[in-house]
Amino acid sequence: MTDPTAAASAGKMETRAQEEITAEGHGARPGGGADDGKQRSLWGDAWVSLRRRPIFIISAVIILFLTVMALFPGLFTSVDPTKADLSLARQTPSADAWFGYDQQGRDIYARVIHGVRASLVVGVLATLGTVLLGSLVGLFAGFYGGWLDAILSRFADVFFGLPFVLGAIVILSTFNPPGTSYGPVRIIFQVIFSIVVLSWPVTMRIMRSAALTAKQQDYVKAARALGASPTRIIFRHLLPNTLAPVLVYGSIALGTYIALEATLSFLGVGLRTPVVSWGVMISDAKELIRIAPHMLLFPAGALAVTVLAFVMLGDAVRDALDPKMR
Amino acid sequence: MSEPILQVRDLVKHFPVKRGVLFRRTIGQVKAVDGVSFDLNKGETLGVVGESGCGKSTLAQVLMRLEPATSGTAMFEGQDIFSLRGAALRKLRRDIQIVLQDPYTSLNPRMTVGDIVGEPFEIHPEVAPKGDRQAKVRELLDVVGLSPEHANRYPHQFSGGQRQRIGIARALALRPKVIICDEPVSALDVSIQAQVMNLLAELRREFSLSYVFIAHDLSVVRHLSDRVGVMYLGRMVEMGTEQQIYEHPTHPYTQALLSSVPVPDPSLRGQREIIRLTGDVPSPVSPPSGCRFRTRCWKARDLCATETPPLVDPGTSPVEGATWPGGDEGAAHPSACHFPEEKPKVVA
Amino acid sequence: MSTEGQSAESPNPSPLEDPAAPAVVQQGSEPLLAVSGLHVEFRTQEGVARVLNGVRYHVDAGETLAVLGESGSGKSVTANTVMGILEMPPAAITAGEIRFRGEDLLTASASRRREVRGEGIAMIFQDALSALNPVFTVGFQIEEQLRKRRGMSRKDARKRAIELLDLVRIPNAKGRVRQFPHEFSGGMRQRAMIAMSLALDPEVLIADEPTTALDVTVQAQIMDLLAEIQRERNMGMILITHDLGVVAEVADRIAVMYAGRIVEEADVHSIYRKPGHPYTRALMDSMPRLDQRGQELNTIKGLPPSLTAIPEGCPFHPRCPLAIDLCREKDPELLTIAEGRVSACHRSDELMRDE
Repeated sequence: MTDPTAAASAGKMETRAQEEITAEGHGARPGGGADDGKQRSLWGDAWVSLRRRPIFIISAVIILFLTVMALFPGLFTSVDPTKADLSLARQTPSADAWFGYDQQGRDIYARVIHGVRASLVVGVLATLGTVLLGSLVGLFAGFYGGWLDAILSRFADVFFGLPFVLGAIVILSTFNPPGTSYGPVRIIFQVIFSIVVLSWPVTMRIMRSAALTAKQQDYVKAARALGASPTRIIFRHLLPNTLAPVLVYGSIALGTYIALEATLSFLGVGLRTPVVSWGVMISDAKELIRIAPHMLLFPAGALAVTVLAFVMLGDAVRDALDPKMR
Repeated sequence: MSEPILQVRDLVKHFPVKRGVLFRRTIGQVKAVDGVSFDLNKGETLGVVGESGCGKSTLAQVLMRLEPATSGTAMFEGQDIFSLRGAALRKLRRDIQIVLQDPYTSLNPRMTVGDIVGEPFEIHPEVAPKGDRQAKVRELLDVVGLSPEHANRYPHQFSGGQRQRIGIARALALRPKVIICDEPVSALDVSIQAQVMNLLAELRREFSLSYVFIAHDLSVVRHLSDRVGVMYLGRMVEMGTEQQIYEHPTHPYTQALLSSVPVPDPSLRGQREIIRLTGDVPSPVSPPSGCRFRTRCWKARDLCATETPPLVDPGTSPVEGATWPGGDEGAAHPSACHFPEEKPKVVA
Repeated sequence: MSTEGQSAESPNPSPLEDPAAPAVVQQGSEPLLAVSGLHVEFRTQEGVARVLNGVRYHVDAGETLAVLGESGSGKSVTANTVMGILEMPPAAITAGEIRFRGEDLLTASASRRREVRGEGIAMIFQDALSALNPVFTVGFQIEEQLRKRRGMSRKDARKRAIELLDLVRIPNAKGRVRQFPHEFSGGMRQRAMIAMSLALDPEVLIADEPTTALDVTVQAQIMDLLAEIQRERNMGMILITHDLGVVAEVADRIAVMYAGRIVEEADVHSIYRKPGHPYTRALMDSMPRLDQRGQELNTIKGLPPSLTAIPEGCPFHPRCPLAIDLCREKDPELLTIAEGRVSACHRSDELMRDE
C-alpha cells in the first residue's frame, strides 16, 4: 500500500484540481451556492438571510427591549410596583402615572415593567425545558426505533392527550392549593414544571420525525460504515441536522408559553401576588373591565406585543432555515 | 488467477413485510438478495449490474454490515464478516469501505469538509495520532484532486463531482483494501462522471484497491470492471469477464439488457437487433418459481417454471438441452439459464 | 456579454436571434414551434442568474428535435418557458419570442396561453410520480381535462381515457383507469403521463428527460412508444435529455445547449460524424461506451460556469482545449458552418476541416 503523499506526487493526476476553475455551485440551482471565498455554514447563511428580514429586525428589537426591561426594570421606572395607595385606586392614566392605577392604587406602568421578568423567566425556562426534554426523548426514539420508540411515543401520547389547561389546573392545584402562599421562586418553578410536563410531547414528535428522516440519509450510512458509535451518530450527525425545526418551534412556543403563564395566573392557579406578572394583573382586572378598562388594557397589550414578537421571530427563523425557501 | 480477497457464498437478505398497527405480523418477505455467490480477487474490479430492484444496492449494504444478512457467508481474509463483533468488526471497517451514490445526501451538511474527511480518524484514533490528522486530511483532499484549502468549507459550497471526491476521500482515509462503490457516478453529469471514473481507476492503481462496482449503467460498468456479474430479482444470472459478458452474453436477460442500451451512433439506427422485453420486473415479494426471468423470457419452457437454473460454468455441469456454439471460449462462463446460447450481434 | 445588452433594447437585434436566419428552417414555411432570442433571468438573493441567453430553436410537425445539455444548461427552463409554467418570480423573461403556428405566445393573453397548453403544446416530465396527483385516480386525471376542455360527459370521458391508456399499451386499461398513481410501476406511470399529455391531441409534445428515472429495458419500451405515437400523429417532439445514446436513436435534429444558449445545432447524422463545436466533441469523447473498454476517458476540465458569473467572451472558453485570445474577448455568434448546421464557435471552421 502506498502512502497518499507518495501517490499524489507520483501520480500527478490528470483529473486533479480540474474542477477548481470555479469553486461554484453546479448550476443546477441557478445562482445558488455562490461562493465568495468566505466560509459560510448553513447557520451562517440563515443569519445572513435573517438580517435582511424586517420582521426579524422588528421582533428582535422588541425582544431586546423586553430583556433589558426584565434585567433592569429600574431603568424604566423608579416606582415600587407593590406600593399601594388606596386613595389612588382605579385612577385613569395621567401625566403622573402613564397607565393609571389599579384597584389597590398601585402604579400600572411600574407593574407592567416589573411584570416582564416573570413572563420572560417562565417563557424562556419552559421553552428550554420542553426543548431539552422533548429533543432528547425524540432523538432516542427516532434513532433506535422499535420497541423503545413505541414505548416512548405512547408515553408522550398520554401527556399530549391531556387538555393543557385541565392538566395544568390539576398539577398546580395539587402542588399549590389555594390558600397556601409559597415564595415567588417556588410558584414560578411550579408553573414552568407544569408547562414542560404537558408540552414536551410536541418537541418530542418534531425531533423524532426529524431524526427518522435524518437517520435515512446517506451520511449516517457512511458514518455507520466507518464504525461510528450510536452516541457519535446521534450527537454528531443527527442532532445538528434535526435542531432547526425544534428551534423554530421553540421560538414560537416561547410566545405561547408566556401567554399560558398569563392564562394560568388568570385562572388563579398560576402566579399569585406578591409576584408581579401580567397574568396576575389581567386576573385582577377581570372584575372591573367596565369600570376601569385601563387595568386590563395595558397588561393585555404588553402581553400581546410580547407574544407577537416571539411568534414573528419564530416565523423569521423558520423562513431563514427552511432549505426549500432558498 | 490471483487469490480472492472476498468470497461471498449463498448470500441471502430478506426483508420482512409487516402489517398491522398494534400486533405487527409478518405477511411476506421481500427477497432482495436470494442466494448470491461470487469471489472478488485482489486488485480486481468486479462490476455488478442490474435494474432497480434487482438487489444490487442491498448487496452493498449487507456486505458493509449496514444490514444484517439473513443467511450466507462472506469471507474476508479468512474470517466471516457476518460473524464479527465489537473490536473485530471495527477492524473490518478499516479494510472495507463504501462510496455512496448521492453526493448530495452522503455528506453531513453541518460538518466542514475537513471534519468529514477526518471523521474516520476520530472513530479509529489508532490509525493516526491526533497531531497528524490535519496533515492526513490535507493529503487525502490532495489525492482526490481537491485543494487542501477547501477543508474549511461546507459541502453545499461544492458541485456534485467535487462532493463525490470528498466522499471518496473519506472512504480512502483508513486505507481500505476493498471499496464497495454503490452507483458512484450515476448522479453526475456526463463530463463530471468521466472525471470521477478516471479518479477511481487512478486510485485503484495507486493504492492497489479491489472494487465491487455496483451500477445500473452498463457502459460505466464495462469501462471500469475486470469481471462483471449481472443481477436479476435478487439472483446473479450471469458472471464472467468483461469481455465474456459484453461480447458473448449467453443469458437472455443479459442479452436483452445489452441490446436495450441506446448506442450513440445514429448510423446504426435500425441496423442492430433490439430485444424488447415486455412488462415490468415482477415483485421481489413473490418472485416467479424456477427461473426468475421466465415471465419475460422469449425462450421460456415448462422446465424453466419448475427448476431453478444454477449459476454454473457450462463446462463443469452440462445442462440438458443446452446448445453451445462449438468451441467458442467466450461462451464458457457461468450463466444461470437452462438454455444458454450466444446470440450473434447483440451489441453493435 | 453582448447579447444581453442588445436584446434588452430591441427584441430582434442580431442574426443569431433572427428566426428567419437559421439555415435549418425550410424556405417559405413557418415552423410549427419556433423559439427565438429567448432570455430568462432568475433573480435571487445571491444575484441575477442569467439562465437563458438568447435561446433559439424550432420544431416542425413530425420531427424530433433533441435538446442536449448537462444540468444547469437551461434545457428544462426553455421548455418550461415554452409551456408557460415558469415560476415568475423568481424567473423573468427579459426578451424573446415563442411562436406557435406564427403566433407569439409571450404576448398572448393568459387565457389564450391556457388554451395552447395541452391542445397545442403538451409536456411530459421526468418524474411521473410527482407529476401525477397522488390523491386522484389516473383515469380521473385524464378525464378531468377532457370534461373541462372538451365538454365531454363523464361517460364519454371515461371511454376516451380507457382508449388513451390502451394507446400507450397499459395492459387491462379498463381496470387500471380506476387505480391511483402509486399502484402503477415506474414504467406504467410514465405511460399514464404520456396518455394524459395526449388527451387533447397536442401538435407539439415536449418530453423533459422522459426516461432518465427508468431502467434501460423500460426506457427502450417508452422511447419506442413515443416514436410510434409521434409518427402516427405527425406530432412535433422536443426531447430534452443528457443521454447521447437516446438522442442517437430517436432524434432528427440536435440542439446542444451550454450556459443558457444553443452552441450547436445540426441533423443527427452529421453531428455524430463530426461535431461542429468543441463542447459537443468533448461531450461525446467523455462518454464511456458500451462497445469498447477504454483505458482513460477524455474529460472536460473544470465545471459549467456559474450562471451568476458567466465568463466574458465564449462561455465555454475556460474549459475549451481550442480556446484562443479571441474566445476570451468575443462571444461567438451562432453561424452556419455547413448545409443545415450552425455552431457558435470562433474556430468551428478548423473543427470542420481537420480530421
